[in-house]
Amino acid sequence: MRYICTAKTTYMSADITLRKGLTIPLKGEASLVLKTSKLTDEYTLYPDDFHGVVPKMLVKEGEPVLLGQPIFFSKANPEIQFVSPVSGTLTKIVRGAKRKILALTLKSDERDKAVTHKFPAVDALDADSVKSQLLGSGCWPFIKQRPYDVIANPEHTPKGIFITGFSTAPLAADIPFLLENQQKDFQHGIDVLNKITSKVHLTVPAKDTTFLSSVSGVEIHRIKGIHPAGNVGVQIHHIDAINAGEVAWTINAEDVARIGRFFTTGTFDPSRTIAAVGPVLVSPCYFKTRIGASVAPILEAVGVDANSQIRIINGDVLSGKATHADGSIGYYNNTLSVLAEGNHYRMFGWLPFVGGKIFSMSRTSLSWLFPKRNYALDTNMNGEERALVVTGEMERVLPMDILPMQLLKECMVQNIEKMEALGIYEVAPEDFALIDYASTSKIEAQAIIREALDLMIKEVG
Amino acid sequence: MKLRERIDALKKPFGKGQKFERFAPAVNAFDTFLFVPNHTTQKGAHIRDAVDLKRTMVTVIIALLPAFIYGVYNTGYQYFIQSGLAFTFWDALLHGALKIMPMVVVSYGVGLAIEFAFAVYRGHEVNEGYLVTGLLIPMIMPVDIPLWMVGLSVAFAVFIAKEAFGGTGMNILNPALTARAFAFFAYPTYMSGNKVWVSEASNVDGISGETILGSLAAGNDVSYSMFDMFVGAIPGSIAETSTLWVLVGAAILIFTGIGSWRIMIGGVLGAAVTGMLFNLWGANALMSFSWMNHLVVGGFAFGVVFMATDPVSAAQTTKGKWIYGVLVGIFCILIRVFNPAYPEGVMLAILLMNVFAPTIDHYVVEGNVKRRKKRLSTTLTPAS
Repeated sequence: MRYICTAKTTYMSADITLRKGLTIPLKGEASLVLKTSKLTDEYTLYPDDFHGVVPKMLVKEGEPVLLGQPIFFSKANPEIQFVSPVSGTLTKIVRGAKRKILALTLKSDERDKAVTHKFPAVDALDADSVKSQLLGSGCWPFIKQRPYDVIANPEHTPKGIFITGFSTAPLAADIPFLLENQQKDFQHGIDVLNKITSKVHLTVPAKDTTFLSSVSGVEIHRIKGIHPAGNVGVQIHHIDAINAGEVAWTINAEDVARIGRFFTTGTFDPSRTIAAVGPVLVSPCYFKTRIGASVAPILEAVGVDANSQIRIINGDVLSGKATHADGSIGYYNNTLSVLAEGNHYRMFGWLPFVGGKIFSMSRTSLSWLFPKRNYALDTNMNGEERALVVTGEMERVLPMDILPMQLLKECMVQNIEKMEALGIYEVAPEDFALIDYASTSKIEAQAIIREALDLMIKEVG
Repeated sequence: MKLRERIDALKKPFGKGQKFERFAPAVNAFDTFLFVPNHTTQKGAHIRDAVDLKRTMVTVIIALLPAFIYGVYNTGYQYFIQSGLAFTFWDALLHGALKIMPMVVVSYGVGLAIEFAFAVYRGHEVNEGYLVTGLLIPMIMPVDIPLWMVGLSVAFAVFIAKEAFGGTGMNILNPALTARAFAFFAYPTYMSGNKVWVSEASNVDGISGETILGSLAAGNDVSYSMFDMFVGAIPGSIAETSTLWVLVGAAILIFTGIGSWRIMIGGVLGAAVTGMLFNLWGANALMSFSWMNHLVVGGFAFGVVFMATDPVSAAQTTKGKWIYGVLVGIFCILIRVFNPAYPEGVMLAILLMNVFAPTIDHYVVEGNVKRRKKRLSTTLTPAS
């Protein structure tokens, strides 16, 4: 198929066509309206957002901090620093078992006094000085690496940096809309990234006509397909798959713009655009807020009763992290999903061909009769965990040349050699999110993959 | 939710740390039959598909019902026709039901008792797989098999074919077919010949209950038309005879996405091509038996649709399913043609391929591994 582009008169077709996957028709898509969220003076950072990082504090409880001031660093790699999203005071370090740091709460003085970095223009910088600016400014944690889906190691040389320009997860934020007012910063961010890698890849939908198609300094890949076609891991697999010993880096699109802004202004920009979505929202839309800001004002603005039985998720409903009504916006997500909790019984709910209120990939629910309906799904498991019996359903939702069931089984028995052979380096938990969803036996595929990746980090490094 | 509260009260002694905790799986099995539990997602994806193992298995049972009901009717029909008595549709159905329902009760009773015992012993929930197996076993038995033999076959299948390998999801052989194979090889004098395929054939002299494949193997002619064979008004195991109603079941399985169409199509292709080749050769009665007839007689259709597609004992990879299906078809015809002692080939063909399914998958998996290794070696030595 060919599509005529409005920006440039060239013929466009998909470079990569993915046929497998699943669109889950969930109710509550955000309308393309950007509101500015009210901010409270309470901010929270969760070190668990940075998988595998053991935080070492640089600031003590009660001490003042500036916006962009490092407050902790990674024990394994002290160069990687994490900065404060506000100026004010570090009020509390919440610790759990074995003194593990669970959360850091900050009180904003609402003056946003920021740390300013001085450096020559980007054109005059070499790779190492760009890297050290990224590390010092607190921008580095936004760069993640494959394999393992953790923060990138600055000593590695990646085969490329991959940015996905579209998300396909249920109700996920629309990336061109997120970047609407940040197009220049995004382009500048790409220019910065080109300093530290040989190649930057940007993916767009096959029919894309947004500004993303005319970004320079990137190799653009047009991808046609349904979820998980927008997952950067799936895209890397088809563009330039990761072999044993290779590393690729990934960054979210809005964080590319953030990096671009830092190299223009010299200060860390903590702002974050969030799509507040989900079936229980009265008026789902986009909000301009800040990393670590409390979610309460957003919930109020979209008409959600924070005391009702709901689940608030930093991220999309398939791979996001649950938080609570007193919680905060995560470090990475552009989507805040809210679902009703599903802790209710359904009499004879397992009967096939009865009722169509719960969506199913198989035609055992009547949902296939209503292809245009959107569903108010909740968090019920819709069954219990069972032995692995049904085959073929995992393969239907994973558009990669990977045998998902065989890989999961090797992960469960921790057979490192087999995991390598079956492609563990190419996957991240989010690529297996649809397998969680689709599994008849209610297998926790994402958790299995995460544990396996952690084992690989420990054993292989 | 009055009923719900009552169940919760009843379940109290089976709760965590309570007196009867170890019997919880047995109680849960009944509870989850009434209600889908209130469990919510704790890790991973926050929403889940409506499908679960119960729904999957019940869908298979629904797909089995047309063939089952026709099987019940045909049992009565064969009896009345062959004994020359006048009868109505309802007479036939009643005769069949009186014959078959006790077998279903025995099959479910014995099988579920063992499944529950193992669930309690191993401390896992009762898996729903036996709901299908328990119905399949009477459906593939000869009509006149004594009930004790059904019970014994069920016990053998569940113990040896399933639980000995670790329970649901771990078995190598299809449990229902194992039950049938057990009955066949443990009681060959009883299970072969022409006395068991029609109700009361062993008691009433006028009834000759020979199956089509049996008479072909014995060198006799077949007096049924292809239409009879397709509709299923012929002697045979209870529910295998009607290709028509098996196809209805196949349509349900394929449409819902529960059964593998690759295995089914592969099986039909394999059998058809093999049948055609033997038609060309034509050295004995079964070889010259038209390939189209091969597809509609005996248990071929039933086996390929409901037995070969058992996801646990079949090949599990997509490519593997094609290979497995085709081989089931080929071996079914091969056994029919070359082994007159077992004129019904599909049971042995499927059991044989059950054993080879892991090997087929192994080579498909190796293919995937090799592609990855090749990619690695090309990046290590870039083409100059």
